[in-house]
Parts: sequence; C-alpha cells; structure tokens
Amino acid sequence: MSSPLYDNYLKVQKRKLRLIGLARLSILAAFVILWEFAARWKWIDPMLTSKPSQLLASFRELAFDGSLLRHTWISGLESLIGIVISMLLGTAIAVVFWWSTFASKVLEPYIVVLNALPKVALGPIFYIWLGDRYSIYGMAVAISIIVTIIMVESGFKEISRTKLKLMESFGATRYQMLQMVLLPASVPHFIATLKVNVGLTLVGVVMGEFLSSKAGLGYLIIYGGQVFQMNLVMVSIMMLALLSVIIYGFVNLLERYARKKYNYES
Amino acid sequence: MAQIELRDVGLSYFTLKQETEALRDINLSIEPGEFISIVGPSGCGKSTLLSLISGMLKPTKGKVMINGTEVSGTSPKVGYMLQHDHLFEWRDVLSNLIVGAEIRRMHRGTAKRKAYELLKRYGLREFVNHSPSQLSGGMRQRVALIRTLVAEPDILLLDEPFSAVDYQTRLTLSEEVFHIIKDQGKTAVLVTHDLSEAISMADRVMVMSKRPSTISTVYSITFDEGNDLSPWKKREAGRYNQYFNAIWKELEEHVVTSV
Repeated sequence: MSSPLYDNYLKVQKRKLRLIGLARLSILAAFVILWEFAARWKWIDPMLTSKPSQLLASFRELAFDGSLLRHTWISGLESLIGIVISMLLGTAIAVVFWWSTFASKVLEPYIVVLNALPKVALGPIFYIWLGDRYSIYGMAVAISIIVTIIMVESGFKEISRTKLKLMESFGATRYQMLQMVLLPASVPHFIATLKVNVGLTLVGVVMGEFLSSKAGLGYLIIYGGQVFQMNLVMVSIMMLALLSVIIYGFVNLLERYARKKYNYES
Repeated sequence: MAQIELRDVGLSYFTLKQETEALRDINLSIEPGEFISIVGPSGCGKSTLLSLISGMLKPTKGKVMINGTEVSGTSPKVGYMLQHDHLFEWRDVLSNLIVGAEIRRMHRGTAKRKAYELLKRYGLREFVNHSPSQLSGGMRQRVALIRTLVAEPDILLLDEPFSAVDYQTRLTLSEEVFHIIKDQGKTAVLVTHDLSEAISMADRVMVMSKRPSTISTVYSITFDEGNDLSPWKKREAGRYNQYFNAIWKELEEHVVTSV
C-alpha cells in the first residue's frame, strides 16, 4: 500500500507532465493559428509564406494522387539503405583500425581531412561517377560514414584494456576478442552512432536529391521552389520531419530491444 | 620439481623516449599447492611478474618455466584473476562462467556442468541465471574466480583481486577465496599491497624492491598455532604482528629510498 503522501506526490508529478504536454500543443496551435490569420489578413504575403489551410489542401491533393507517399517512400528507403551501408562499412573500417594499429596510424590524417571536408562539395563527382540514382547513396554514405568510423572506434577504445587482458589470459585470439567483447560491449555505442546517423543520412539524401534526382522529397522541395509553389515546398518539409521522426522512432525501438537483450542499463 | 620457476629473469620496457628496467635478476621457485604473496612499493612491477608467469609477456632476460618447460604464450594451466571482475553484462552468470572454456574451445556441456557444480559448492547456485548487475561486488568477484576455475588451471594468478571492493567485503571475500583455492588444491600467486592480506593468506610472502625490482626478502609464514589456520585466525595468531612489522619496515625503507 502506498501512503497518502506518496499518492499526492504522484498526483503532482502527473499534473506537471500534463502541463508540459499542454504547453507543447498550445505553442503549435498558436503558431498555426497566427500563421493562418496573418496570411489571411495580409500581414504577411501568402505568396511567400503560404498558409496552413492551403497547406492542408495541397497535402490532400498530393496524398490522394499517391505522389506524396511515393516521394516520401523513396526518400525513406534511400535513407534506410544509406544508414545500413554506412553503419556496416563504418564498423568494418573501425574494426580494421582496431585490428591493425599500423593501418589506423597510417590512415588517421586522411580520416581527419575527410571529416573536416564538407561532403556536399563531392556532389558533382558522385553525380558523374554514380549517375542520378546512386549518387544519392554516395552522398548519404559520404556524410555519415566518417562519423560512424570515429564514433565506433572511440567506443572500442573505451572498452577497458583489462577486459581484453582477461580475454588474453584465456588465450583468446583477436577475432575472439572482437566477437566476444568488442562487438557486444559496443552495442550502446552502435545505438548512439545510429541516432547520429539518422540525421546525417537524411541530410545526405536530401542533398543528393537536390543535386540530381527525379524523385524523393528533396526533389519535390527543389521543384516546388523552382516553380514558386510554397505549398509544395512546405508540405514536403513537413513530410521530411515526419519521416525523420518515424525513422528515429524505429531506432528507439531497436534501442529498447538491444538494451533488453544485452542487459544494458538505460 | 618446482611448479613455477623463474631463473635470472629480467624485463625492460622500451618507449621512444627511454628504456626502463622494470625487473632484474628475479629468481623464484614455487611448489605445487603453495600460496605465495608478493608485496612491494607501487610501480615495482608486481603485476608484470604475473604477466610473465602467465605468458602474456616475454622476459627480456632469463627463463620462466612451468613444470620444467619454458613458457611461450598463455597456457590453460594458468588462470588469471584481476582487480575488476570484468563480468560481461550481456551474458548471465552461467554463460559468463564458460567464457574461458568457450575461448579454449572446450566442450560446452562439460564446462556448463563444471560451472554449475562450482556455483553450487560455493553457495551461488540460485544466481546461475542472474545478470552480473544483480550481484554484489563480493559475489561478482567470487563468480570471476569460478570463471577462472571452470577453465581448470593448476595455477592461479591473483592480481589485487580484492582491492575494488569495500573493506568489509574484502575481509570476507579473501577468506572465501582462500578456502576455495585450498579446497581446489591450486597453486596461487597473489599480488597485493595490503600487508595483512598478504600475510594471512600466504605460505610465503615475497617483498620486492623499487625499480629495477628484485625480490629482496622472502618470509616463510609459520605460526605456533599450526599452519592450516584460516586467514581470519592468522590475523589473530601470535606471530602475525611480528611479520607485519618486519615487512612494513622493509617496505618503508624501499619507499624512502625511492623518493
């Protein structure tokens, strides 16, 4: 049985949570309403800003003919594939760096330079080398892979040396250390990397679509801008926000599953 | 024949800046079933000595031999217990216990049976499927010891295995570990900087000097009350304080001269 004092504490906490939720919603509502009426009463130019009612109309239009879903799906798929490639490839490269100190020392300055380089500048190169479709993956992976390597590698380095000494005392090979300690111990780092990657890969995908594609939300945004259709631009941006929330939600589910499976305290 | 023998062993570390002579002229022989403690000023290379016996480090001079054969790399005959238990959080107790067996590709079923039997014997049976985070510090170290035992070594190297737990746990844990090691009939080499631990657990205490370290004195620990006393009883035995003071004094000299 809980004491009345505790019940009261719970009540107060719940009230606080409700208040926070309410405040969040009201900000959104206030913003939308202000936007709508400011545009209606011509305080702002609806040609430049569009307005919520118009956005809703063009959302409906785009949703009904299926094109919005198609473009969102394409961007989503590109992001997922980009994330998977850069996680796998980045982890593989980090493993090579851990395995061979020589390789890691030799390649370190290259990684530093590549990390500092604005990857967007590589756009035309990807376009010419990979064509309009695959250059998007090129851009997505280019933007996220270096960070993946650096984060996964630093995760490996955080694993205590004595843990590996223990493995060594049992006569473990390097492969066994990797498989039995490094990879399972890095699960929280993989998740953290994945979270960063969701954002970065989306940047890469949209950037890639800006530069070269004929489909996807990035394409819609650029197209909408070129034909001066702010409705199209803004609806696409909202879909992009929705897409990132969905992918992020998946990562959170994955995190919960992994923490349970690998017994990590959250 | 001695089980562990070190002959004129020396070890130097090399870095780009300098060469450091860590150990010099170490001669040592340990009989089967003996319990040896090694004490010395910090940084004197006590742990390095264990790494040499385990085969993880090669001496730059001299020979390390186990059962008359020169050590070349780690051997299943030697088990290591470290300051931190390093139980893997992603495995439950039972599968932590068979880590060594897995690495050495021993039969899984046999290893599990052995692990289970040891857990039962040392009062941890109910924790077999617990995760390490559910165990107390003392229990974790006992599990770590059992993990070492599952791999069936003849020799146990203990590198300050009690220094990460609180004082009270430390006393009971050293008592328990002592009994487990005796019960299993293993040879043990304990590195510690806790003198009372060193004296109360070991048959012989070796005192090491500062760098380049060598073994300066070996104390054979014997008591009038008998030699099969538990660590707890030894702490109360008559000659305990004599040993303590003698070793303390010697260590103090090493520390002072090294300043």
